[in-house]
Amino acid sequence: MTEIQTGLCIVFLLLAPLAGAGVALVNTGLGRSRNAAHAMMSSLCVLAVASCAYFVFGRAFQGFGGLPSHSLSIGGKAWDWIGAQPLFFIGLPANGSPALLAAWMGMIAAGFTGLIPLGSGSDRWRLSAVCISTALLAGWTFPLFAHWAWGGGWLAQLGTNFGLGQGYLDPGGAGAIHVTGGLTALAITWIIGARRGKYTSDGMPMAIPGHDAVMVLFGCFVAFTGWLGLNCAGAILFAGIESSQLPLIAINTTLSAAGGALAAAIVTRLRYGKPDASLTANGWIGGLVASSAAAVYLVPATAVLVGLLAGVLVAFTVEILDLRLEIDDPGGSISVHAIAGIWGVLAVGLFGQQAQAGQFLAQVVGVATLIGFVLPLTYGLNWLLNRVLRQRVGIEGEHQGMDLHELGAGAYPEFMTHSDDFMQR
Amino acid sequence: MKTAGFFLLLTGWLLVLAALSMLPAGAARYGFVIAGLGVEAAGLVIVVRAHMTLADRKAGFLK
Repeated sequence: MTEIQTGLCIVFLLLAPLAGAGVALVNTGLGRSRNAAHAMMSSLCVLAVASCAYFVFGRAFQGFGGLPSHSLSIGGKAWDWIGAQPLFFIGLPANGSPALLAAWMGMIAAGFTGLIPLGSGSDRWRLSAVCISTALLAGWTFPLFAHWAWGGGWLAQLGTNFGLGQGYLDPGGAGAIHVTGGLTALAITWIIGARRGKYTSDGMPMAIPGHDAVMVLFGCFVAFTGWLGLNCAGAILFAGIESSQLPLIAINTTLSAAGGALAAAIVTRLRYGKPDASLTANGWIGGLVASSAAAVYLVPATAVLVGLLAGVLVAFTVEILDLRLEIDDPGGSISVHAIAGIWGVLAVGLFGQQAQAGQFLAQVVGVATLIGFVLPLTYGLNWLLNRVLRQRVGIEGEHQGMDLHELGAGAYPEFMTHSDDFMQR
Repeated sequence: MKTAGFFLLLTGWLLVLAALSMLPAGAARYGFVIAGLGVEAAGLVIVVRAHMTLADRKAGFLK
């Protein structure tokens, strides 16, 4: 890396945490008002726990391309499956090297991954369980897949080992961050179940709207800034992009988000008569998620197309999950991060400038790994955790609201309460 | 049923890995990778249906 690339990467990584801040605002706004402080407190705790877990274990497992790692030899090929770095960042050179910058980005990405399940566990996921689940995600699940995709692991080597294009490509983390986080969100939703009152006794879903649309939409603006940083930093670190190509990545990121938001607004306008603010916000984030893998490899016209399709997918899958599959995901995390992320990963093979059969197959193998390995792994870990420590708050806490029950104070104490559901009992 | 679904998910992934390591580049490898994805899709459907049944039981209308 040149000095200019290093300097730019540092600037982009300084912006990147805003992506997590934006998603935290979106998650909080889409939850109930009586759980708002708890949602933001959980987000902060997730960042803290994820940073520490990544510091202790995560970076050691993730490693970095060219650094020592563990490989298995199967069929005459080396399958690089986990990093072999010391714990606690020991031996990490403090000289602005790519390995140091990748560790910094990994720490931010681990925190971001941990924020995603908060959207689906909203209004009923206990803070202590959130922290332990995040430690498992940031200390083991995320670094393992990040090693395969970013750290010179077997997915990244699909090109050299099996002639599949340039190997699995995902510099901004559509798979490593978003699909991993989105599938964990799915696992959490299955394990803790739906919110009380979400489904009637005959299985009909009830609408429980978010409490602050302004917070949700402002979160989209904040996330957009952070995403520009994350996509550009990932492009420099994991795709070796020259500085002169960075404006195109920023343009593609913007166009993909725009396409996602417009598609969701149009779909909801056509189906419900008026554009839906929360689904439009989800479409915007879905477009950003899809751009994470693809922005480096697209031209602006295909970036819009990728964003448009992400927005359509998000708008429809939110409804399918809610109405048909009885999956209560208040923040839309599964649709926005898992579905749009999978679409973004595949889009690299379909529309990328180096698109070819081999490259598409490499992306398909990445998706198969996320669904076939990461989902059972993250479900199993959270299922075991739930056996030891009940992850869902009790009935009393859900009635009272997570703010009063777990934190002892509400987010909006000056607000009038309208029902004794909100009173401390 | 849920366990069977997760087992199928893992099986599908292993089928994909086996296709990569045992088959030469070409249509057969492509086909086996897609078949692996199909097995994963079947596993996912089973897991989803298992959780829907569990949720219904919790709501009390399968008693």
